Amino acid sequence: MGQNIIDVRNLSKSFDVSSKEPGLKGTIKHFLRRQTKSLKVIKDVSFEIKQGEIVGFLGANGAGKTTILKMLCGLIYPSEGSILVSGYLPFRRKENFLKNITLIMGQKQQLIWDLPPIESFYLNASIYDLDKFEAKKRIKKLSGMLEIDEELFIPVRKLSLGQRMKSELIAALIHEPNILFLDEPTLGLDINAQRNLRKFLQKYNKETNATICLTSHYMKDITSLCKRVICVHEGAISYDGKLDLLLKKLSPVKEILIVCRSEEDAIKLENSGFNVKNKIKNEITIKIENNSITSSLKTILNNFDIEDLFINEPPIDEVIGKVLIKKDYDI
Amino acid sequence: MNLRKYLKVYKKFLHTSLASELEYKTNILVDLITAILSLVGSIFLLSIFFQNNGYIGGWKFEQALIIQAIYTILNGITNTWFNPNLTEIVKHIREGTLDFVLLKPIDSQFFISLKKINPSGFLEIMLGFLLLFFCIRINQISLNLIFLTLSLFTICCSICILYSLWFFISTTTIWFVKTWNAIEVLRSFLYIGRFPLNSFSFSLRIFFSVFIPIAFITTIPSEVFLGLSELWKILLEAIVAIVFLFTSRKFWLFALKFYTSASS
Repeated sequence: MGQNIIDVRNLSKSFDVSSKEPGLKGTIKHFLRRQTKSLKVIKDVSFEIKQGEIVGFLGANGAGKTTILKMLCGLIYPSEGSILVSGYLPFRRKENFLKNITLIMGQKQQLIWDLPPIESFYLNASIYDLDKFEAKKRIKKLSGMLEIDEELFIPVRKLSLGQRMKSELIAALIHEPNILFLDEPTLGLDINAQRNLRKFLQKYNKETNATICLTSHYMKDITSLCKRVICVHEGAISYDGKLDLLLKKLSPVKEILIVCRSEEDAIKLENSGFNVKNKIKNEITIKIENNSITSSLKTILNNFDIEDLFINEPPIDEVIGKVLIKKDYDI
Repeated sequence: MNLRKYLKVYKKFLHTSLASELEYKTNILVDLITAILSLVGSIFLLSIFFQNNGYIGGWKFEQALIIQAIYTILNGITNTWFNPNLTEIVKHIREGTLDFVLLKPIDSQFFISLKKINPSGFLEIMLGFLLLFFCIRINQISLNLIFLTLSLFTICCSICILYSLWFFISTTTIWFVKTWNAIEVLRSFLYIGRFPLNSFSFSLRIFFSVFIPIAFITTIPSEVFLGLSELWKILLEAIVAIVFLFTSRKFWLFALKFYTSASS
C-alpha cells in the first residue's frame, strides 16, 4: 500500500436548514417568516486514506457519508478543518486535481439521455483533452472489462438500468482517474449487475492501483470490495478500521447447529456445559465464541457421536445494522 | 485557458445537441412554424400601433421595423443558446446534476452556458437578418464598413447584456432554488425591446435604461443602423455590457461557494 492520498483533519460542515410546521398555518408562517437554524452535519472528522485502498463509508441515511464524499471531491466547501486530496485542496477544483478524480452516483446520471452512450464518451474525451485515437482505445478497454458493446450505440433512454450504469462508469473513467468516489453505485441494480460491477471495480483497482471511496447500503458491496470501513454516525466517525475486525467485534459468537446420531447424544451434549441456544430432538444449536471455535469443535467431535454440523455466520446486514444505530450498540 | 481545447469541446457540444434535437423531428417543425408565425404576428401588431399616427416617439413604421428585426435576431439567439442552457441551470441545481459539471476540468460557466443549442432558433436569426436587410433597403441606408462594424459591435454588446442578465438571475437559484418566475419576468421585459425607447414616458425610459437595460439591447443598435446614434451612447452600451459580463461572472464564482448540491 502506498502513501497517503487523502488526508482529512478535523473536518466539519454546517448547513442552514429551515423547518416547517404542518398545515396551512404552518405553510403561511413558513412563507412569511422562515425560521432557519444551523445544523452541523459533519462533526470534527479526521482520517487518512492510502493510494490503492478501497474504503467503504457506512452509515444510516442522513449520517453524512455523501456529504463527506462531496467535500472530498470538492463540490462542497467545508465549514472547518482541512482536506488534502492528492496534494490539492479539493474545493479549489484545479484542473489537474479534476483530471485525477471522478464521482459516480448511482441515482444521478451524466449521459446524454437522447443519444447513445458513445456520444457522451467522446464529449467527455474532448473535455479531458484526449485525442480520438486514445479515447477509442480507452473506450474499447473499459467496454471490454464491463462486457458491454452493442449497447453503446443505442440511445441511453432505451437502455436497462444495468447497461446505463456500465455506460456511466465508462463516461466517468475515460480519463483514467486515480481516485474514484462512488456514491451508492449499485443502487437499483439486479444481483447479476451488482456482481459484475463489483468484479469490475476490483479489477480496475488491481490494474490501476486507483483509490476507491465507496458508500453503499448493500453490504455485499462493502464486504466484497472493502478491507477497511469508516462508519459514520450523526456526522461523526464511530469506527475506522478493518472490516473483519469490526465484524468480530460486533459478532463475537457463532452459532453451530450439531446433528447428533441419537437424541441421547444430544441430551449429553446439552448437559456438557456449552452455551445451548435450543434443542429439537437430536439437533442442538450452541453458541461458541470466535476465538475458541477450533478447540470447542475438537472436543465435541472427540466426545460425542456427531452425524453432521453447520457453522452459521450471523447475517452481515444484521451485524452492520448495529453500527448504524450506535446508541443501541457501543463499538 | 486552452483555446484549442475549448473550440474542440464546443464542436462536440454542437454535434451532440444537434443530434439530440434531431431525434424529435416534429418538435423542430413545430418550433419553426412558431418562429414564422411569431414574427408575422409581431409585425402585424407593430403596424396597428402606427395605423393612426405615422410616428411613435419620433420613429416611422419603417424605422421601427429595424427594432423588430434586431429584436427577432436577439430572440433567435435567446432561443438558440440562452433558453436551452440557462433555464437548465435551475434544473441542474435543483437535481444536483451540477455536480458533474463542476467536476469537469473545464470552465463551469462555459459548460452550462453553451452545452445545448436549439436549431429552430437559427431560423429566427435568419428571419431577423432578412427583415434587417429589407429595412436597410426601404430606409435607403447606405452600407459601409464603419457602419457595419458599429452595428455588429452594438448587437454583440446587446447579446452580452441579455446573457448577463439571464445568467445572473439563473445563478440566484443556488440560494432560492426556484427562479422560473424571475426568468419569465425578464422575458416579458424583453418584449418591450420591440418598441423604440422614445415611445415610453420619461420615468419608464429611465427604468428601462438604468435598472433593467432592455432599452440598450434593441434601441441603440437600431439607432446605429439609422445613423441616429451618438458615440457616447455606443460607448455607454459597451461599458454596460462589460460591467454586466464581469459582474455576472464574479457573481457565479461567488455563488458556487454556497452550492450545497442536492441530497442523494
